[in-house]
Amino acid sequence: MKKITNTLLLFLLPFTAFASGGVELQEADIDLSDSASLQRGAKYYVTYCLGCHSAKHIRYIRMAKDFNISKEKVLEEIAPEGNGIYESMITAMNAHDAEKWFGIKPPDLSLIARSRGPDWLVTYLKGFYVDKSKVLGVNNTVFKDVGMPNVLWQLQGEQRPVFKKADGQTTIDRLVLKKPGTMTEKQFDRMVNDLVNFLVYVGEPHQLERLRLGKYVLLYLFMFLILAYLLKKEYWKDIH
Amino acid sequence: MKHRINDCADWFLDRFELRDFWNAHMAQYYAPKNFNFWYFFGSLALLVLVNQFLTGILLTMNYKPDAELAFDSVEYIMRDVSWGWLVRYMHSTGASAFFIIVYLHMFRGIMYGSYKKPRELVWIFGMLIFFCLMAEAFMGYLLPWGQMSYWGAQVIISLFSAIPVIGDDLSLWIRGDYVVADATLNRFFAFHVIAVPLVMLLLVFLHIAALHQVGSNNPDGIEIKQNKDINGIPRDGIPFHPYYTVKDIVGVAVFLIFFATVIFYMPEMGGYFLEHANFIPADPLKTPEHIAPVWYFTPFYAILRAVPDKFAGVIAMGGAIVVLFLLPWLDRCEVKSIRYRGGIYKKALLLFVISFLALGYLGTQPVTPAATIAARIFTIIYFSFFLLMPIYTRWEKTKPVPARLTPQPTLEEQIPAVIETFDEITVKEPLQTPGGMTILPRKPNPTGIYSVLVRFAKKLKDSLD
Repeated sequence: MKKITNTLLLFLLPFTAFASGGVELQEADIDLSDSASLQRGAKYYVTYCLGCHSAKHIRYIRMAKDFNISKEKVLEEIAPEGNGIYESMITAMNAHDAEKWFGIKPPDLSLIARSRGPDWLVTYLKGFYVDKSKVLGVNNTVFKDVGMPNVLWQLQGEQRPVFKKADGQTTIDRLVLKKPGTMTEKQFDRMVNDLVNFLVYVGEPHQLERLRLGKYVLLYLFMFLILAYLLKKEYWKDIH
Repeated sequence: MKHRINDCADWFLDRFELRDFWNAHMAQYYAPKNFNFWYFFGSLALLVLVNQFLTGILLTMNYKPDAELAFDSVEYIMRDVSWGWLVRYMHSTGASAFFIIVYLHMFRGIMYGSYKKPRELVWIFGMLIFFCLMAEAFMGYLLPWGQMSYWGAQVIISLFSAIPVIGDDLSLWIRGDYVVADATLNRFFAFHVIAVPLVMLLLVFLHIAALHQVGSNNPDGIEIKQNKDINGIPRDGIPFHPYYTVKDIVGVAVFLIFFATVIFYMPEMGGYFLEHANFIPADPLKTPEHIAPVWYFTPFYAILRAVPDKFAGVIAMGGAIVVLFLLPWLDRCEVKSIRYRGGIYKKALLLFVISFLALGYLGTQPVTPAATIAARIFTIIYFSFFLLMPIYTRWEKTKPVPARLTPQPTLEEQIPAVIETFDEITVKEPLQTPGGMTILPRKPNPTGIYSVLVRFAKKLKDSLD
């Protein structure tokens, strides 16, 4: 019997190894009802990301409605100059040039939070470190040989990896700040979180409406269930 | 005025016998009166079918079956179309719900021997519906044109190329191109919205017509038509309408609560109903690291991967579905319901359920040597259940089948037992609130839980004999 259980446990091994493989992700603090955070995130997106990455599925008017701010404020504070309220977030960078410069067209980020998840995004944005062997001079803990430069380096500063040796393999243990940036670590964490919060919003702008409606739909269905059950009971009372 | 309306109705009924139809299939269709939980899934499958038709029609109004536009048009539906997100989630959740319901519906049939004489045709039509449903789901999954849509279709269509001689030409013919491309998307759209739904509708009609010819089976597996009163009405039967229509409405309400919970609170279902990688547009130049089909195909996908040879794997995967068709003739036992069948069949069925679930899990995981061995073992169990059936069911030690239906306890009758169990697994601890009131919060009682679990395990073991 013990032999059998041991063999069965052996089968489980590969799955547990798979689950713990890779880098441990940091946790994102997502709150889509925090309009101020979303506004800051949108501003950061326009300042640091929109240069290369479109988010073509989100319109500025949608943001005005969802963040509960005026259209004028969106055009003034968030949208790049010259954009209309009905326009969506399209990068000004020419796709042809982008491919020449980076080898690949920077992807549209409308749905990045849905494919990668907020935790991955936070870890990614904070996971750049100096690696002189790369063309762009940086590498990333969760995205090996990343093709994107660390656009936030001025704010974050320069990170260097501390390696550790385990099972004959050298892996990155942690990153340490070698040259501080213009932001403190706490400020930078908040900024990255705002940015990811915004990306989660962009991934599915109707999320809040969906969650709000769910309560009423379920309430109605529970009432419907009670009525349906009473009706059934009434009809079935003489069936034995 | 009333007279005129009656005249109109008569004019209509003289030309079309709606009354007979209604009576034959609803008001005077006699169903056994002891249907339990498992008998909700037939009507629920019909409900989900209607849901898929209605939401599907609404989706086609804004969807663009074009490799350049498809992905963006789905996002357009999700964002700019009024209530588009709700319609899309209803359709995507409906697809998974359809499979959950159909798998439970089929399991009910296997458990109570509903495929046996005289209901072989009901089972065959049902299996054909299942087959159509798989084709429908597979083709529908290509339409969002995400990475998983694309590469899932690429992998499955390439399976046809494993067929000797004609394989390569066949897969080329199916795709309409050398890789999955715009031509594939267009034809899959045509099949998904017109061809397969039409066939499915016809099969559903035949499934119900065949069922109403022979009458429904029941948890006891007794033919109620063999015991009729002087009016020719089965003594253990009740009219489908109103009794089962009002009962099914309760089932519908419970189902919709689960359905709405998924739609409004977890539409991706942790990446099982909507896979994360499918939010990346299809890229023919970038193969994802790990291609996994949606959860409802994973048992069959695991069987495919378990077989070392590609063509043999395709045969095994197809065989896993074909054996289900043969079930009415593989099972040699005279007794229908699991309640009166021998221990060997119950154990075999339990092993089958375990292997099906295990294969489903393995199909979602990446290939490792150990996982492959596990998948092979479960594949063997899966096929043994069916292929050894003619042997182990022939000498089954069955229990005597009663002449009349055993009563099905109502929900109210089951409540005292539930309360008793709850009392046993919890312990009351008096607590003085600051206001001076004494309340009795309940805490889990380890010894109680243990004894309930032991009792449950014993009962399960006994029920397998």
